[in-house]
Formats: sequence, structure tokens, C-alpha cells
Amino acid sequence: MADITGSVPEARSLDIPSMLKEAGITALLVLALTIVMVGFRTIDVPGGISVNYRFEAVAVSVGIAFVGRLILILMRRGRSLPAMLVLGPLVLLQLLALLVPDTFGILQPYPDPVLNWLIVIVSVMLLARATWANWHTSQEFTREQLEKRQDESAAKAQKILGYLGPVLLIGALALPFFFSGDRQMIDIAILVTTYIMLGWGLNIVVGLAGLLDLGYVAFYAVGAYSYALLATHFGLSFWVCLPFAGAMAALAGVLLGFPVLRLRGDYLAIVTLGFGEMIRIILLNWYQFTGGPDGISGIPKPSFFGIPMERPEEGVLSFHSLLGIEYEPVHKLIFLYYLILALALLTNLFTVRIRKLPIGRAWEALREDEIACRSLGVNPRNTKLTAFGIGAMFAGFAGSFFATRQGFISPESFTFIESAVILAIVVLGGFGSQIGVVVAAIVMIGLPEIFRDLQEYRMLAFGGAMVLIMLWRPQGLLAHREPTIRLHPKGGAPEPGEVGTDAPDAGGTPETTAERP
Amino acid sequence: MLEIRGVHTFYGNIEALKGVDLDVHEGEIVTLIGANGAGKSTLLMTVCGSPQAQRGSVTYEDTEITRMATFDIVRLGIAQSPEGRRIFPGMTVLENLQLGAITTNPDFFEDDVAKVFDLFPRLKERSNQRGGTLSGGEQQMLAIGRALMSRPRLLLLDEPSLGLAPLIVKNVFRVIEKINKEGITVFLVEQNAYHALRIAHRGYVMANGKILKSGTGKELLADPSVRAAYLEGG
Repeated sequence: MADITGSVPEARSLDIPSMLKEAGITALLVLALTIVMVGFRTIDVPGGISVNYRFEAVAVSVGIAFVGRLILILMRRGRSLPAMLVLGPLVLLQLLALLVPDTFGILQPYPDPVLNWLIVIVSVMLLARATWANWHTSQEFTREQLEKRQDESAAKAQKILGYLGPVLLIGALALPFFFSGDRQMIDIAILVTTYIMLGWGLNIVVGLAGLLDLGYVAFYAVGAYSYALLATHFGLSFWVCLPFAGAMAALAGVLLGFPVLRLRGDYLAIVTLGFGEMIRIILLNWYQFTGGPDGISGIPKPSFFGIPMERPEEGVLSFHSLLGIEYEPVHKLIFLYYLILALALLTNLFTVRIRKLPIGRAWEALREDEIACRSLGVNPRNTKLTAFGIGAMFAGFAGSFFATRQGFISPESFTFIESAVILAIVVLGGFGSQIGVVVAAIVMIGLPEIFRDLQEYRMLAFGGAMVLIMLWRPQGLLAHREPTIRLHPKGGAPEPGEVGTDAPDAGGTPETTAERP
Repeated sequence: MLEIRGVHTFYGNIEALKGVDLDVHEGEIVTLIGANGAGKSTLLMTVCGSPQAQRGSVTYEDTEITRMATFDIVRLGIAQSPEGRRIFPGMTVLENLQLGAITTNPDFFEDDVAKVFDLFPRLKERSNQRGGTLSGGEQQMLAIGRALMSRPRLLLLDEPSLGLAPLIVKNVFRVIEKINKEGITVFLVEQNAYHALRIAHRGYVMANGKILKSGTGKELLADPSVRAAYLEGG
């Protein structure tokens, strides 16, 4: 007992040996991780491969881990002042080394400026936190309080984003006018919007119905191949094929749904993963039908409801001659952008509306409690199948768009990593959150495309972001769920406690109050 | 209204119900009491088809429902407030009620919600609050309210008093009587024998998967062996 009571003040005091031990363990872990991956580097030399040694980088990493851990321990124990004293000079030194490389360049920890800047940014964040903690008496929150606060701020953020929604929409509509000369920007916008649509589609399956689908890309592939095959073999137009591609994908979704309905959680995830791979391997090996690894090329571009968007030729009605404007190749791209934007918005509108219909409510209820659903008369089989089918349908639409945009498809475009990225968008954005998907898609797809120069660090940043999300906000960035129905108009809801006068049963209300803790 | 004839239900190799006969007539409150593990909840769940009876039959208004799927049984007009309440914690009170009404015509929704709020004013106060943040008593009210939203003619209640403070238990039973007076037949499974038998028209006593005794609520309350086993010291 004496030990337990004694340990409370002790935890706050500076126990140097245990601190050093903890920091030492961290440093050892970093050593074990980096010695092989960073310490040795194979290089091509004439006549084979040789090994370069980079032990100084290992030493620097171990040192940074050790010092960083010490600072974290200090801050955790409420000793932010010493943490500041250690961090401050270090940050200064690093900044000097980076800004005045001629004199202080020797102090740069790594040869790579990106890594150095990363270290500076993290150190400054830590310093800011230590300074903040020094001036504000630190409040300790329990896990629930913390989550509640996070949820509240996410709800606030979502409210603001809700007002921003129309602004974003106008921005999205106006985007081609700002970048009309910049093909690359419009290309990125098309890509991001495609992933937003896929994210919204998967959100129906994962976010609303709670069915973890790791093979979503399979339906994307079905849609893409449906359009590509119909267009190249039968010359059908995009608009004729679009519903057909959606229907084919939905059919594939239902077919997958039937056998896996009994499964839940991890098992479902593994089976869907397998299904995704199956589709890809079929596409790869069924050479006569799909062209196998050669893919399908020469997929026609969509027309403007039957009017071609091509360079005007004599005697042929085209979009440009109809409007009497000059032909520019970028117009085709802008048209594609509006096409995918319209498809994505359709997906969004559909999801928002269906959440308020019985089937959408049943999806959400099914995610929370399947047994309760059955006891309320919800048929879980049909409900899950519709979720699978509808989610797959939107993937099919997106797939046929992908095929028409690329003009060429092959099984390589539909690997597991695509499913993982789409799922990551949904998870990062927050299950079931529409605006979260937009934010996450921009972060996950848009930023890496814009910062293509930093390609080497993309996966690093991706992994890091995922770990941080899992640690601090496992529900996703904007996972606050808005109720689909309210008794009172927003803001007019009575505070609990202020009511109670309208209780007809005078004895009833105080009794229930008595039970509340 | 509900006829249960010679029902045997198994969990794997364990025979939880060993030939149960039971009747619920229209307009009644029928109570089933018994100790832990007697098979009360199993019987209630067998009526709902999960698990299904291996032998015997369950008939609801001349329809054999022994082999029907749970969600189809519910659509016949049987509502269940399942064991452990099973409300949807992430959804608001109103959304929970809305899910209860998923099988009914949406035109009824507003009237039905008003009725439920009339029975449980507390739920009205908390209508925009998430189910998971309600207290145990409020969750029980919500579970009953949600079951009522499907406009049932037979309401199955599984231990509505479980884990509630005595004053709230009284309130819950008062509401059950009120529901019954409005024309809904109630089949109530309870460990709290005293309250349950007092409001019941008829009662059954169950032990080891069999019905031991049956009679009116008053008879069972007065029965010395029932008193000894379920009422005194309990």
C-alpha cells in the first residue's frame, strides 16, 4: 500500500534513471529499425552491386529519437520548462543550419533538406506545445472527455464545412475557369473528383452499412471494362453504356454479396479482398475477351449528349460549331471534369437523400446492431445486398468514366492498392461523413499529385498520417454524425432539465431523474 | 392469439426448452416467471424465430410462424423489446423510434411518436440525444417505445425491469398496464415476479425448460410454492 500511495507524487518528479531507460529503449528500437534499412544502401557499380554505408544517418536518427523521447517524457510529467530549455536552442541551431548553410551547414542532421525541414517543423510544434503547457495549467482529460471534445470540435468544423459546402461546390464549378490554361491542374481535379466519387460510393457500403469492403476496386473494374468492351465492340456511346456499366457493377456487387452475407468484420474484409483480386486475375487471364495484360485501347471519348467534342470537321455537327466557339483541346478536358463532377454530385445527392429513407436508415441501424434490426422487421440479407449493389453501381459509373477518360484500360489500373486508397479516404474522412470524404480525397490524392517532387516521401507521409489518425481520432477526421431527423428545429431544442413541466405523470419524471448518476 | 405447443429448442446439444405449452389470449397480460437459466428468454426468442424451435409449433393468429424468419414474424404484428434493450447507441432517440416504425406506413409516424412520448415524457425531453447517452431506465423506455412504433398487436417484453432502480421498475410496470389497456396484448418475461404477477391476467412459472405451474396472476401470487421460490427473500 505504501508503494501505491507513494507512487503518485513520484510520477510527477524527475526520475532520471527511469527516464533515461525509457529514452534508451526508444533509441534502441530506432537503431534496430534503421540499421538495416538506412545503414546499408545497395548501389549499382560496374560488374554488380556494392553496398554503401550510412552509419552517420543511423547515429543521427538514434540521437534524435533519444532526445525527442526525453522531451516527450519531460512534457508528459508536466516539466515543460526544461523541455523548452532543451528544445529552444536545438530549434535555433537547426534553423541556423538550414537558413545559413554556408556557415552552419555542418550542423544539418541529414543531407536531405526535406527531412531536415520535417524535423524543424516537428520540433517547433513540440516547442509550441511545451510553451503552451508552461503558461496554462495543464488540464488532464480522460479518454471520454477527450473524445467528446474532439467530437464537439468536429461537429463545429462540420457545421462550418456545411456552410462551406455550397462555396466548395461553386468553387468546383468555377475551377476550370481559373485554370483553363493549366491542363495539369484540371487533370488533378478530375483525378481527385473521381476518388471523391469512389469514396462517396464506398461510404455507402462501409460508412453507412458498416460492411468493410476491401475489394471495391473490382466494381470499378467491372464498370470500366463494361464500357470499354461495349464501346469498342459495338460502338455504343458513353451515355448508352453508363447505365449498363452501373447495372453490371451492381450485379457483380449482388453476386458477391450473396455468399458473403453471413460474414462480418474481418472475415468479410478478407473475402471481399479475395473477390477484388479474382476480378483482376480474370481480367488478366481471359485474353480473348478482355485482352489480358494488353488491356483495351482506343476507348472513345464521351460526347456531349450525342454531339461529339472533337475537332470540327467539314459537314459534321460538333459541339464547337454548334456553340460557335473556337476549338481548343483543353475543352475536352473541361468537359470531362464537369462530367465526373456531375457524377460525383449525383452520388452525393443520392446518399444524402437515401439516409432519410427507410432503406438508408436500415443500413445505418444494421451497422450498429443487427439483432435489434431483425427484431424490428428489417431483413438483413436484402438490406446488405442493396448496400453492396448500390455502392458497386456508383463504382461502375466511376469505372466507365475512368475508361473513357484514359482511353486505355488494363488490369494494372485495378490493383489492391486502389481499394486501399479508396478505403483510406473513407476512413480518414470519417465513416459516413460526406464532406470528410472530400477533405480526405484532396489530402490523399490532390496533395501527393501537387507535390509530386516529394514522391519518395509520399508513402512515408501516408503511413505517418494513418498512424496519427489511429492514435488520436480512430473514428476519422469528421466522424460526427448529424441526426437525420429532429423533433425541434435546429437550435430550438430544449435543454434537458428545463422541460419536465409538460410531464402529465407527476410521479414519473422525478423517479427517472433519481436514477441518473 | 399466440399458441405455443410442445416446443423444444436447442442451443447446440443443450435442450433449453423441453416441450413447452403456453397460450396468450387477445387483450391479456401474460407473465412468464422463473429463475435464471429456466428458459424464459429462450421461449420469447423462439416465438421470434431466433433460435427456431426444433420440434413443436408456434402459431400466431392461425399462422404457423415456427419456421418463419424473425423479420417476417415481426411484420405480422408482433413486436419485441429484446433482452438487453439493444437500442441503437449512435442514433438519437427520435431516430431509434423511426427505426421502430420502419415496417409501418410513414403517415402514422407523427401520431405514434406523440403516443410514445405521452407514455414516456422523458423520451421527449431527450429526443435529440443519442441512445448511448441515456440512462438505463431511459434506454428501457426507448426499447419499449421503439417496439410500440411498429403498431404491434402483441408486445413481447424481455425483463423490462432488469437493472433498474425500484422506483423506475414501478413506473415501467405502470406503463405496461397502460399499454395493455389501449388494446395491445402483452407477453412479459420477468424475474421480478411480484410486480409482474400483480399486473398479469395470467402467469406461467418455468423451471429447467418446462412449465411448472400456471394460473391467474393472483393465484400464483398466493401460491405457497411460488411464494417460497420466487417471492420471499427475493
